[in-house]
Amino acid sequence: MQTYECDIVIVGAGPAGSVAAKYAAEGGLDVVLLEKRAEIGAPLRCAEGISKKWLSEIGMEPDPKWISAEMDGAIIVSPSGHTFKLDESQAGNEVGYVLERHLFDKALAEQASKAGAKIWLRTAATGVIKEDGLVTGVYANRMGEKIAIRADCVVGADGFESQVGRWAGIDTTLDLTDMCSCLQYRMVNIDVEPNYCEFVLGSAAPGGGYVWIFPKGKGIANVGIGVQGSKCKSGADAKYYLDKFINEDPRLNKGAVLEIVGGAVSTCPGLEETVTDNVVLVGDAARLIDPITGGGICHAARSGMYAGKVLTECAKKGDFSKEALSTYEKMWRDKMEDKLWRNWMAKEKFAALSDEVLDDLVLAIKESDISEVNVYNLLKVIKEKYPDLVAEFEDMI
Amino acid sequence: MKVVYEKCLHCGCCVGSCKQNAIYLNDYILEFNDACNRCRRCIKICPVGALSLEE
Repeated sequence: MQTYECDIVIVGAGPAGSVAAKYAAEGGLDVVLLEKRAEIGAPLRCAEGISKKWLSEIGMEPDPKWISAEMDGAIIVSPSGHTFKLDESQAGNEVGYVLERHLFDKALAEQASKAGAKIWLRTAATGVIKEDGLVTGVYANRMGEKIAIRADCVVGADGFESQVGRWAGIDTTLDLTDMCSCLQYRMVNIDVEPNYCEFVLGSAAPGGGYVWIFPKGKGIANVGIGVQGSKCKSGADAKYYLDKFINEDPRLNKGAVLEIVGGAVSTCPGLEETVTDNVVLVGDAARLIDPITGGGICHAARSGMYAGKVLTECAKKGDFSKEALSTYEKMWRDKMEDKLWRNWMAKEKFAALSDEVLDDLVLAIKESDISEVNVYNLLKVIKEKYPDLVAEFEDMI
Repeated sequence: MKVVYEKCLHCGCCVGSCKQNAIYLNDYILEFNDACNRCRRCIKICPVGALSLEE
C-alpha cells in the first residue's frame, strides 16, 4: 500500500475543511485536504443562505462570482398566513446573501491551495490508522487505489454523515429530536419575492422546522423543508410535506424542479467533545449548526479557522494531544456555545408549539417595534407575551 | 436493509442518523454492517423513503 506523509490530513473539502486547510497551511504546515467527490461543492447539500458579517472574519471578500443574490430582508409566515416582513435595516445579521455554493466552496478551496494545501479529489477516507491506540492518519481510496496517509493530526470535516469522529471514538450520535430530515427543490417558473428569504413556520414543517424559499435571482429559488427527526414516521416525510406545501401554494405549484437536494442537519448545541488525541472535528461533523435556523456555513468556516490556527500552534510544540487540542474546543465554545445553547433551548420549546400559538407569536412580533431582528430580539418580544415559554432560559436572553 | 436506488439521493441522512454506526456510504452504494439492530431510524428519517427492512 502506498503511504504518504504530511502534518495534517483533513477529510472533507466543504467550508470547514477548506478554511481549516487554509489556516493550517498559512501556519506553515504540510496539509492534505481530501474530497471524496469528483467536484468540490457539488452535489449541493444546502439552502445556500448566509448572513454577511462573518465573511471578513475568515478573510473572504464578497464576490459576485459566488453570490447568487443579495437579500433585502426576510419574510416570516405564520401557520395561518400572517406575514412579517423585515427589511435589511431590521433584519441585521440574520439575512445576507444566497450563495452559489458550488462556486463558494471552490473559492474557499482555492484559498487553501494558495496557502499551500494539497487537494486530492475523488479520495474517500475509509478508516483511521491506529497505532498503540492512537490515531496516526487515515486510510483512503484515491481514484481506486488504496492508500495510507500518515499525519500528526486528522481533521474530521466530513459533514453530517461524519465517520472520522466515530472511527476515533468520539460520540457523534444524535437524538432524533436533535436532527432534521431535509429536502429541497431548485425551482423555476415560480412567482416569489426576488430579494426576500421566506420562512414558513408551523405544521407545514412538523417539529419546529420550517419551509424555506430562498431566491437565487433569474427566477430561480431554493424551496426546501426541514422536518424534525422524531416527527418522521415512515420515510419520505420531508418529501410528503414539501410536495404538499408546493401543491397548495399558487406561487409555486406551476413551477418546475431543476434539482432535488436531500440532506440532514443537526439541531443540538454542538458535541460534548470535539477533540481527542490527534483528532479534531469541525463544522457539521462537530454538530456546529444553529439549532433554530439550521444554518451551518458560518459555524463551519469559523470552526475551521479556529482549528487551523490551533493546529499551527500545536505543531510548534509537536503536541497534538487531546489536552493541547482543547484550545480549539475552548475557542469555539467561547465564540459560539452560549448562542448554540440558547437557540437549542428555544428550539426545544418552539418544536412543541401549536399553530395557534405560533400565529399569536408572529402577530406579536409584527406589532412590536423591533429595531433589529435577530433571534435575541425575537425572544425578548416573545418573553413579554409568553413568559412561560422562555422562563427556563431567561437568563440567556 | 433494502435500498431503492432509484429514489436514493446519496445525501447521507441515514448514515448520520445511525446510532449503531452501521451504515457507510461507499460512493453511491450504502453498505450496512452487522451492528444494525433494525431500529428503523434510517428508514424514518430518509427524506425520500428509499429504505425499508428486508422481509
